[in-house]
Amino acid sequence: MYRIVERRQLVPDTHLLVVEAPHVARKVQAGQFIILRPHDEGERIPLSVADWDRDAGTVTSVFLEAGASTMQLAKLQPGDTLPTYMGPLGTVAEVERVGTVVCCGGCYGIGALLPIVRAHKEAGNEVICILEAHSSWLLYWVDRHREVADQVHVVTSDGSAGDKGLSFDILQQRFDAGQPIDAIHAIGCTFMMERNSLAALAKQTPIRITLNPVMVDGTGMCGGCRCVVNGERKFACVDGPEFDGREVDWTALVERRKSYRAQEIASLQQYESRGFLGSSAAVETLGERDE
Amino acid sequence: MSETARPKGGVDLQRRDMPTQDAAARVHNFEEVALGYTVELAMAEARRCLDCKRPNCVTGCPVSVNIPGFIRELAAGNLEGARAAIRETNLLPAVCGRVCPQEHQCEALCNLNKRGASVAIGRLERFVADWCALHEVVGAQTAPAEPVAASGKSVGIVGSGPAGLACASDLLKQGHAVTIYEALDEPGGVLIYGIPEFRLPKDIVRREIGEIRRMGAQIICDFLVGRTATLAELREEHDALFIATGAGLPWFLDIPGEDLVGVMSANEYLTRVNLLRAYDKRANTPVPKPRRVAVIGAGNVAMDAARTAKRLGAREVSIVYRRSRAEAPARHEELEHAEEEGIRFQFLTQPVEYLGNDEGRLTALRCRRMELGEPDERGRPRPVEVADSEFDIPVDLAILAIGQSPNPMIKDTTPEIEVSRRGTLVVEPETLATNLPGVFAGGDAVTGQATVILAMGAGRTAAAGIAAWLSQAT
Repeated sequence: MYRIVERRQLVPDTHLLVVEAPHVARKVQAGQFIILRPHDEGERIPLSVADWDRDAGTVTSVFLEAGASTMQLAKLQPGDTLPTYMGPLGTVAEVERVGTVVCCGGCYGIGALLPIVRAHKEAGNEVICILEAHSSWLLYWVDRHREVADQVHVVTSDGSAGDKGLSFDILQQRFDAGQPIDAIHAIGCTFMMERNSLAALAKQTPIRITLNPVMVDGTGMCGGCRCVVNGERKFACVDGPEFDGREVDWTALVERRKSYRAQEIASLQQYESRGFLGSSAAVETLGERDE
Repeated sequence: MSETARPKGGVDLQRRDMPTQDAAARVHNFEEVALGYTVELAMAEARRCLDCKRPNCVTGCPVSVNIPGFIRELAAGNLEGARAAIRETNLLPAVCGRVCPQEHQCEALCNLNKRGASVAIGRLERFVADWCALHEVVGAQTAPAEPVAASGKSVGIVGSGPAGLACASDLLKQGHAVTIYEALDEPGGVLIYGIPEFRLPKDIVRREIGEIRRMGAQIICDFLVGRTATLAELREEHDALFIATGAGLPWFLDIPGEDLVGVMSANEYLTRVNLLRAYDKRANTPVPKPRRVAVIGAGNVAMDAARTAKRLGAREVSIVYRRSRAEAPARHEELEHAEEEGIRFQFLTQPVEYLGNDEGRLTALRCRRMELGEPDERGRPRPVEVADSEFDIPVDLAILAIGQSPNPMIKDTTPEIEVSRRGTLVVEPETLATNLPGVFAGGDAVTGQATVILAMGAGRTAAAGIAAWLSQAT
């Protein structure tokens, strides 16, 4: 059992989770993830690692309430325990001294981006952060990025904080202005990573993105997280989660992410109408309706 | 249980059938299909054993269970003695009695085969284990008369499947400390995530693993060797290591449409259902609930996936296999059970493409008819395509059960370890030592996908190799 040290809402629907997991804290590096279960009947949830404290033996993630399982996770309190906390998983972020690096984060990815920003600074790069959100009230950790990065740009879709637009717009402006970009990192929703990857592809600039596909075991056993990179089949859990965004087959990825959406919605309805547990009944009803 | 007379004169050629749940009922539940012998049936079956002077059956068993010995005790009504006889060499009798392919092993070599049907050794093994569990016969009878002195040596075992557990048991008996590292949240490997509840109830696996814990094994879950710690780091913690990471990398067909939604590996499907208990109404693991399912392959894993799909409510479940029924690698019993449960079989059929709709969802499997040609290098007839024989099977879910290779995690994170071109770990056959000093490997990680009992045999071989290594090392 793994004790929750801290769990609080950072902004609506986005939570900070700090867990006592010395076996992970000892070894984890930027770009890796963990898999946890919120309770004994819960499914396995992969979460990017946003921070850690090797001395205290704790690991921090930022997660978005997206379905029944993450909603259950969001109900847990400090002192509660998790039955499963496995990791660190996946490959370590590719960080080298290249010059100027642009790091883009959106949604839960603002948290997951922080260790990568730090690693790029430690490697001796100039780091420009672009943090994006729909609106000012969904932004978090801007100060923490400012402490590390050389520059931090904030963009919001409604213009309520920073520039109006997307991280893509700032990236494109830099490209258009001929300002140096030697490498890009992007973590966030699939749409953001895809769009930024296409921009990078047009300018032949390396871009590392972090995929978060459907995943079960996280050890390369199920193949549920398979994706196509550079024409080859890759398993995001062991070959990734970080890949060169220019080589990812984004169309296939977006389709695969939808595969359990109907059941996730059913599970959510079940959760909301009857409380904490149970989804199969709703799923069965859905199956009947499919006919 | 008083009539214990062995057959005198006439030989009983009538093998006793094992009661099973009715097919029409069982396709709606996840309870065990085979119900096991009653005491009466077990005693009658045990008395069929000829107690041969040279028991061929034992040579057919990868872990050399003292088969005539345990059956002798059983026929005499000494269930505890029977259990002790089995557990001298096999720590998972309730599991092996259920999942071993006895018809190719011990039972294939039974002398009664010449005159009729072999003794039902597997069913008797299962009966002994289950009876003893039900009557709470544990520990005492199997513990060594004098506790073995602790050797002061410690062995780390990577993976808690059949190979790792068998190795752990033998090492513990010799007084070595054992720590087992398991990546998933529950120990047991394929016994937990792979084989479904209706064929191998998880409580039985937990019970047998509980005995290994009582013997002193420490089991650490959520620990992925290669990531949570490297093999080299573990080697510093222990005097020797045994790698038993199994064959967990699923194969795909590499035909068009494989990335459509609705195409998944049997590993993913079965893990969702078994480990994550998607069959349990309380768990909220998403699992597809399709109407029409095709399972590609005809081994035990394919039967497990097909029968699971049926139980989760699929109307039509087909097994699609490129050879004929005679070549199907599944156990006879599994094929028969699948047939009884209404699984359809498309033999001599090779999928060539997955067809999808404009939402990227699978709608059909395009197949070609095959015929059997010349034998391949393993002696099995090679399937040859029949010209112009394409046809489509409409499906919502295609499950791939065409085999798997060893999980590459250890290889990828331990560049100095020697592996074959197939990705299997290379070992000395006698000791199962790898090229790294003090590091041994066995089971599917070395052989590629095989059976539970072969993995257990490898675990025991490795335990002997490790014990010898520990006695040499100072």
